[in-house]
Amino acid sequence: MKRSTKRSYTLTVGCVLAGLIAVLALVSLFWLPYAADDTSGGRLTGPGAGHLLGTDKLGRDLFTQLMTGSRIAFEAGLGSVLIAAALGGTLGVLAAFAQGWIDDTLSAFLDILIAFPTLLLAMLIVAARSATLGSAVLAIGLAQSAVVARLVRILVKRVLAQDYITAARTSGTSWPRIVAGHVLPNIWPTLVVNLALQFGLAVLAEAGLSYLGLGAPPPNASWGRMLQEAQATFTTAPAGALAPGILLVLLVIGVNLIADGLRDTLDPAARRRRA
Amino acid sequence: MNILDVRDLTIRTADGRILVDRLSLAMAPGERLGLIGESGSGKSLTTLAVLGLLPDGMTVTGSAELAGTQIVGASEKQLTGVRGQDAAIVFQEPLTALDPLMRVGRQIAEPLSRRRGLKGAELKRAVVAALEQVRLPEPDRIARAFPHEISGGQRQRVALAMALACEPKLLIADEPTTALDVTVQSDMLDLLDTLVRERDMAVLFVSHDLAVVARVTERVLVMKDGRAVEEGDVREIVRTPREEYTKALVESARQLESALDLRSTR
Amino acid sequence: MGRYLLRRLAFLLVSLALASVVLFALLRMLPGDPANALTSVGAGPEQIAAARHSIGSDKPLPEQFVHWIGQLASGDLGTSFVSSLPVGPEIASRLNVTVPLTLAAFVLAVLIAVPVGFVAAHRRRTWYGALLNGVSQLGIAVPVFWLGMILIAVFALNAGWLPAGGFPQDGWSQPAEAIRSLALPVITIALVMSASLIRYVRSASLDVLGSDYLRTARAMGSSFGQAMWRHGLRNASVPVISILGIELASTLLGAVVVESVYALPGLGSLLATGIAQHDYPVIQGVLFVSTLAVLIIGFAADFAQRIIDPRLRGRLSGGAR
Repeated sequence: MKRSTKRSYTLTVGCVLAGLIAVLALVSLFWLPYAADDTSGGRLTGPGAGHLLGTDKLGRDLFTQLMTGSRIAFEAGLGSVLIAAALGGTLGVLAAFAQGWIDDTLSAFLDILIAFPTLLLAMLIVAARSATLGSAVLAIGLAQSAVVARLVRILVKRVLAQDYITAARTSGTSWPRIVAGHVLPNIWPTLVVNLALQFGLAVLAEAGLSYLGLGAPPPNASWGRMLQEAQATFTTAPAGALAPGILLVLLVIGVNLIADGLRDTLDPAARRRRA
Repeated sequence: MNILDVRDLTIRTADGRILVDRLSLAMAPGERLGLIGESGSGKSLTTLAVLGLLPDGMTVTGSAELAGTQIVGASEKQLTGVRGQDAAIVFQEPLTALDPLMRVGRQIAEPLSRRRGLKGAELKRAVVAALEQVRLPEPDRIARAFPHEISGGQRQRVALAMALACEPKLLIADEPTTALDVTVQSDMLDLLDTLVRERDMAVLFVSHDLAVVARVTERVLVMKDGRAVEEGDVREIVRTPREEYTKALVESARQLESALDLRSTR
Repeated sequence: MGRYLLRRLAFLLVSLALASVVLFALLRMLPGDPANALTSVGAGPEQIAAARHSIGSDKPLPEQFVHWIGQLASGDLGTSFVSSLPVGPEIASRLNVTVPLTLAAFVLAVLIAVPVGFVAAHRRRTWYGALLNGVSQLGIAVPVFWLGMILIAVFALNAGWLPAGGFPQDGWSQPAEAIRSLALPVITIALVMSASLIRYVRSASLDVLGSDYLRTARAMGSSFGQAMWRHGLRNASVPVISILGIELASTLLGAVVVESVYALPGLGSLLATGIAQHDYPVIQGVLFVSTLAVLIIGFAADFAQRIIDPRLRGRLSGGAR
């Protein structure tokens, strides 16, 4: 009884945190306090009337940029996770069904790929294409595909080793039916939880890329780039160097809490492990 | 003085659910008592409480005196003085009960060196002797093996050898044969029975199986939902079970037995 | 054990060979002509062709590949297109910053994460156990560059205790200065790394704390401390070591962001410049050395696990997966 209230508490707090930022992102699609390139506010004014959080060193409204940044964060998170789920999921299932050296080679390849930081891959892709949000998302999604593929491979292998799969096969069920009827229902809770965690990591990675100047180009204000621009004036105008970071942390914590909450409610194996 | 004296032992979970409810039992030195009940009846928790080994977060009230030492509320130091010395335990799962990363011989050597101060060649001889005593073939080889390299039955014998290493006055056996193959179960029971009789050791034998308990003990205590529902001589209870639950237990044991009889006469 | 080492070494060499092919092919697939980076903006076709010839990019790809592999085999990582300096010594001088930075951060992170993770598991029902767990949850949500910015603002700009960035020109010949420049970067990486390590240490500790063998040892009269020391530490270290390997490798390569925050001349910033300038020999060299490091670290982690866990010894590639 006590456990379930705690469970929903985690989920609730996570939803509230991520939800607040989602609202900012959604509103930014239809309305912004100022135009993205409006520099009429004067430079580094600091928080006050007219400009809720003040302006940056070019005179742009910080709150406006934060809203745009929320939108970019969600685009980065969702885009990367979609790529990772599609590509990683497919690769993982293939590796799980393949036996012998194909499986070995693929796993070894994934292991090496995982050891390479997302950022390196992203830098290569950005060099190949150009510094846009799309390149960043593609890079993050590709890097996360390796992680997802490895997880899916292990999960699918575990399911395939179960007796009821042998039973289904003996009774002549086809592989596609086994995947749809037995494998997917068994792996999706763990997968969804992991994808939620990947969302948070993708948001962090995008921020890192745009901090290095490899994310969405101006005037699209990404949190990472806002922080980079505010670094030089940290002590004189702290609002610009703190606010984007705080939102970033809140979003990632929110998403991680949602993942934790989902794990507790969705994943029967995790629940059993706790008991 | 009783070797074990449990009075009004109550075990609660962290959120206050009662798992064992005012349980009392007493065992004289050398006495063999069976603790029987279905899974979740609280019998294993009782054995853990007697050694002060309950999982984190569970609370105990009441009293459990082991060879004169009060276990409920005892300090870590008092508990380590009692465990392995006054009472030792054999757990149900022989695979997980042994450290998978340590050679079997070293695990047996641990209590021997701590309790009896043995060292070097003397310690080695004592380890081999302990393994021989539980009728393990090639004790030298087994001592050098890791747990995953020997069979389930051998692992359980190793666990028994560890438990007997310091000649405890009370041996607690928590479903020691449940995880074993049926063919090995019987040997294990015989071995346990012989060893404790030779040593005049008291035994608290926990099982869900009346037939198994009856082979080792004279007296049984039946538990259900954390409470003692019936206690008495094994034969007495099998002949005239009073509680509904005991009747069901006896009935299922009987059916099994008659099924076996049918088979053997066929 | 000898046979395992041989097979593992063969695996390492094959992986390295494969990685170098992939690396080479991947780089040649990138659009953008390095000759452009060599010539001024309005250069005519002849100048570009001459530039191509001078760096060998006019030759067929297989020939370029064989040339590169031949160089590698003789320990030569090539010459930068842009600076015309040999890549090997450049990488070596960058490693003088990156390796101490990574190793110090790694050691510090382990020193923080192991006790904190254990206490967070062992005392999870107390307020401080929950607090430690919460702080680590917070820690994994903090971007490393933001933490760096905050630490600079607090300890360098406000307090003035440590430099805000940079590295002495003559490097380690001024050890005190070098150490002072690396102090904040090391702390930054260590804090972020320990946040994620704490979670792994905590879950490994939870497994051990709930294990039957620990209970057996205590039932035989070991105190909690003795049982943890003799059985817990080794058992918990097996899954943690594989994570440590991955973390170490990814920090070695991923230090680029922290190097950028603190303006450190490390391997990451060399790669970043190399990519920006399409300087293939530099990119190839850095990635080749990194791959080698990743493979060696992976091998070391695998080997350590195998020594600790006898159950892994029957297999070629072990690891708690």
